[in-house]
Amino acid sequence: MRLAASHPMARRQTSDLLRTRPAKTQRRPEHLTEQRTRPPIVEMRKVTKVYPGGHVGLERVSLRVDRGEFVFLVGPTGCGKTTLIKTLIRELEPTEGEVLIAGRDISALSNKKVPQLRRRIGTVFQDYKLLPSRNVYDNVAYALQVIGTSRSEIRRKVPDALRLVGLADKVKNFPDQLSGGEQQRLSVARAFVNHPPLLLADEPTGNLDPNTSIGIMQVLYRINRTGTTVVVVTHDREMVDKMRRRVIALDSGRVVRDQVAGSYTSDDESTREFALRLREEMGVEGEEPRY
Amino acid sequence: MGRVFFFIGEGLRALRRSAAPGLASIVTVCITVLLLGVLIPVLQTTNGKTNQVRDQVGLRVFLNDVNGQQAPADQVSALRAKLAAIPHVKSVQFVDKNQALGILGDQLKQENREDITAQLPGSHNPLPASFNVTPDDLSNLPAVRNAITPPGASGQPSPIDPLISDIGDSRDDARKITGATTAIRWVLGVVAALLLVASLLLVANTIRLSIYARRREVEVMRLVGATNWFIRWPFMVEGLVCGLVGAGIAIGFLFLGKQVIVDPLANNFNLLNSGHTIGFANLALVLLCVAMGVSAMGSGLTLRRFLRI
Repeated sequence: MRLAASHPMARRQTSDLLRTRPAKTQRRPEHLTEQRTRPPIVEMRKVTKVYPGGHVGLERVSLRVDRGEFVFLVGPTGCGKTTLIKTLIRELEPTEGEVLIAGRDISALSNKKVPQLRRRIGTVFQDYKLLPSRNVYDNVAYALQVIGTSRSEIRRKVPDALRLVGLADKVKNFPDQLSGGEQQRLSVARAFVNHPPLLLADEPTGNLDPNTSIGIMQVLYRINRTGTTVVVVTHDREMVDKMRRRVIALDSGRVVRDQVAGSYTSDDESTREFALRLREEMGVEGEEPRY
Repeated sequence: MGRVFFFIGEGLRALRRSAAPGLASIVTVCITVLLLGVLIPVLQTTNGKTNQVRDQVGLRVFLNDVNGQQAPADQVSALRAKLAAIPHVKSVQFVDKNQALGILGDQLKQENREDITAQLPGSHNPLPASFNVTPDDLSNLPAVRNAITPPGASGQPSPIDPLISDIGDSRDDARKITGATTAIRWVLGVVAALLLVASLLLVANTIRLSIYARRREVEVMRLVGATNWFIRWPFMVEGLVCGLVGAGIAIGFLFLGKQVIVDPLANNFNLLNSGHTIGFANLALVLLCVAMGVSAMGSGLTLRRFLRI
């Protein structure tokens, strides 16, 4: 759990949390304890982004996300959530401040190095950004082909990623033959197939019903348990509260809150337990996904 | 090697998926290559022919008759040597009185006015013998003329030999020909350049449509970490294939045109039979290279704005 360095409230809450749950911290998986020696996966230092025309997307945002964390980024429409995500993949460059990924200032990266950065970050979008002319398998394989992965490795990795998101039996389907939830899971599989250390999801449940949303969160939770840091942008308050993970709230481009929503749950909760709990707490009825 | 197949596969796949822009591109390249294929030989033939005409332009040095007869051969030879020694003189050709009469007779015969020569009294030939002096370049004509008739003591031009009676030149003709050939060269050159620019823009625009139709693919490629060259290659392959097919069709048409129209007429029309034109195989090669280059450049340039990171 790491907070915006400039936010005293958040710092106090985190330290309180750590004090009250020493036993659970000891049980944390190894990838979370590594954070003490390695730089955080994401660190933003007083990042400001002003768009041409004067609109302020981000204003002196400082935060830090450690390896293995699951973080929600919440806030009203236009508060700067997507701007923040875009600065992390250098789709946008900050007007001021520094963005560090795994300890490296990405503003200093040459344009030639940007693709290397993006290969280390999986990104999931609300509109999926799938290729309609390719089937499920090829959509996922495409992400590996463009980075020059060998065929044998593609044949090994793609089925794994599709199994993880529960689409192993739909490899031949085209995106328009999938439901919204399945398309989003396909998008997650594509983002994760390369096993990036950081996965960003921009409104992954934006257009989905609660039952399907829980399915997506379950997949993201599973990915997080493999050691990948997951940052989820959402405005789904209820989901955020029930997930009981770290929440960074933005408003008008500023971090206004950085704390854990509800009581933090242990990381050793199984994916199935996690989904069951969410369903129960959210009062969602429906068929439980098999993946 | 796997990547090369991937690029080729992606390029062909794109052509299959979005056939309309590809077809437009092929047609554009085809028309451009067709026009260039006609224009290049025409430009070359025109250039060759005008050079040939320019070569024929020279000075005519008329000689005095000696006692109503042509000057003795030794004097003529001496004058020929003098003329040939003048700088920038390419050739000196002697036309004796009889030849002059023959040439005049031929010209009049073409105009059906043979009666004029027939009226000449007896064997009297009023035409003077002459030297046709051709300079190495048309621009050196005045210099050669000055060398033949340098300014004398009085400041008036006086010939280098008393045998010379007069000098007729074709300066006006030369000026006209120079002006006309320069104009032709400019016009054809500009037309060729415009044609190339137009085809480049058309191909670029067609590829732009193709890229626009596939902007999501480009976006996804960028987001999953493809390098700019990796994104660019399939489009370049697409452009190259369009160029190749378009040029192939155009060259086919040109070959057909050559076999059916140009070759049968070549025996009758001196202009078509010009030896100055490029061989068909070389022309095809040039056109193929131009078409593929233009197509690939069109694709590459258009992609630049889509690939801004």
